Amino acid sequence: MDSSSSVNRTVGMKEEVEDERPHVLVVDDSLIDRKIMEKLFTNSACKVTTADSGQKALELLGQGEEYKHTNINHQGPKINLVVTDYCMPGMTGYDLLKKVKESSDIKEIPVIVVSSENVPTRIEKCLEEGAQEFILKPLKQSDVKKLRCHMHFTQSIKGRFCIGRYWDSWRQIRGEM
Amino acid sequence: MAAVVQLQRQFIEYTTSLYNEGYLDDQFTQLQKLQDESNPDFVVEVVSLFFEDSEKLLNNLATALQQKTVDYKQVDSHVHQFKGSSSSIGAQRVTNVCVHFRNFCEEKNLEGCLRCLQQAKHEYILVRNKLEALFRLEQQILQAGGSIPIME
Repeated sequence: MDSSSSVNRTVGMKEEVEDERPHVLVVDDSLIDRKIMEKLFTNSACKVTTADSGQKALELLGQGEEYKHTNINHQGPKINLVVTDYCMPGMTGYDLLKKVKESSDIKEIPVIVVSSENVPTRIEKCLEEGAQEFILKPLKQSDVKKLRCHMHFTQSIKGRFCIGRYWDSWRQIRGEM
Repeated sequence: MAAVVQLQRQFIEYTTSLYNEGYLDDQFTQLQKLQDESNPDFVVEVVSLFFEDSEKLLNNLATALQQKTVDYKQVDSHVHQFKGSSSSIGAQRVTNVCVHFRNFCEEKNLEGCLRCLQQAKHEYILVRNKLEALFRLEQQILQAGGSIPIME
């Protein structure tokens, strides 16, 4: 294997890695928390889009009002995980969770609810509505590492991979090793 | 060389005191761990957002508490935001005041709220000054050609 082809392979692989990074949608009305969560997830090799409201989040998930009226099957950027703050003005994280789980095309996307308040009834309510997890803020890097296992990947592979642990198996399947 | 070592020692002592005196908690360490070469100013950026946000919130709180008829829900909403942002950057003493502040909001206790506002302002100014001093020390170390010690 000469050096040029290994360079090409590295470059090619890098481009593929960019495309295949899990895509996380972070929803929070606090700019500070959006910035911190964005960094937490990009440090865990995820692609991140942020939204400052539930309404904005739904638009990004392809569920905006305009799309409903025009009947275009609009596929927004494919999202693998939604992380939403609970307390938001207007549409709360719980309301957003409900809307996601009620929608036929996006109900499969795992939703994590985060909150600064440890209220058992709130936690129960969210889990019952289909939230994958409920995590107390502020989030740590270790919380995010655990969440990677929840992300469903868009590529046609069976089962779920925690990429960090199974990187070599993943590459073998793809014929890269 | 000696100057760098001196500055680094100062940095370590100062940072340690901030944790010991409760100005900062583990969340601040978490933020520092997030910083890397791709985002070398991450902590300063987040903390600057906190400063801007806090000053706005403190003004809003003062205005809300000066109304003839105080809207305690509105006051509580501002305090909730302040509690959240201070907790996100590890400004522990500010967060603690916000907890008490929310209790007074629930009780619709104006005097209690006003006292807490003063305390929140006081703690905010203290932590802001300390963080600014910390960042200045970091700059001095970097300019003297040294690297910032990692605190565990």
